[in-house]
Amino acid sequence: MKFKVIVFTAIMLCVIIVSCQSDAEQEFKRYYTGGAVIYKDKCQNCHGNNGEGLSAMIPPLTDTAYLKKKRTVLSCLVKYGIKETIVTINGKAYEGTMPANVDMPPIEIAKVLTYIGNSFGNKMGTIAVEEVNSNLEKCN
Amino acid sequence: MRRLAVYVLLAAALTACKFNSDKPALPIMGNREAVTKTVNGKQVIDTVYQTIPDFKFVNQYGDTITQKSLKGDIYVADFFFTTCPSICPVMHRNMLNVYKEFKNVPDFKIISHTIDPKHDSVAVMKKYADKLGISGNSWWLLQGNKEDTYNLGQKNYLVAVKQDDGTPGGYVHQGWFVLVDKKSRIRGYYDGTDEKQVAKMIADIKILRAEVNTEIAQ
Repeated sequence: MKFKVIVFTAIMLCVIIVSCQSDAEQEFKRYYTGGAVIYKDKCQNCHGNNGEGLSAMIPPLTDTAYLKKKRTVLSCLVKYGIKETIVTINGKAYEGTMPANVDMPPIEIAKVLTYIGNSFGNKMGTIAVEEVNSNLEKCN
Repeated sequence: MRRLAVYVLLAAALTACKFNSDKPALPIMGNREAVTKTVNGKQVIDTVYQTIPDFKFVNQYGDTITQKSLKGDIYVADFFFTTCPSICPVMHRNMLNVYKEFKNVPDFKIISHTIDPKHDSVAVMKKYADKLGISGNSWWLLQGNKEDTYNLGQKNYLVAVKQDDGTPGGYVHQGWFVLVDKKSRIRGYYDGTDEKQVAKMIADIKILRAEVNTEIAQ
């Protein structure tokens, strides 16, 4: 009897873990596919099909270490753009302006960041809307 | 039966003829008019095609560029501005492919006219060229009188360019690449934001370079 309870609990636990995982997985997919559409509309012109950027003019989105380090400010960069700042990507300095997207709702910022953060060699997992909201409060 | 064989042979011969004359050729675009002139005492009707008139601008090196500078060249013209947030990056990403393909070809050039000459000084254009990674004299970024540039775009290249503070970046323009032949006639329009159309333009430039200076019937 005791054994049965243990087995049952173990099975239930497994089921819960698997279903939770697939929830997370589904959420990721929702963010990622939505983000791909936004990327095409808002980012691809400059940053390219494969996040390759454009010569020395527009930085690529392939610097995995940079994106990881700047994870908490990425939302601010998407929303407010970049002005006359030099950013160093893949060891190369880029100077210029990135247009702002002040009207982009946090959920879209989250989706597009999830897309970029998991494309072009990046593996950052889901960047959820809650994370974006809390990061946006800290923009300067 | 014999008759049939003759017909078949005739048909085959005709097809062969058609094949021979079917070299790829590009149309001549723009307005045209028929003029009557006298050649050797006979009246003949000739077609006069629209051509790009002379212009005077300055390139990214500060050199004066007129139509003489393009004499004997096939060229592609487009309109842009260095601070353009919308379609220019993708246009020039695609134009870079054209540049790389033909940069060592003596009879081909690219000219990009800025539609914001107030901001895009020679120094700004040079910096843009450096950042884009272009050098030499096969791709000129041209700056000059705003009215002249707009007139050239609208009346001669037949593409829309105008200032409009309501659009991102402040200018309306379309992403056309206009292909012009050695006789200053327009031979093709390609959407510079579309990689496939730009690939077609590269193929068409090769056709145009192979074209001997003869009259091309449409």
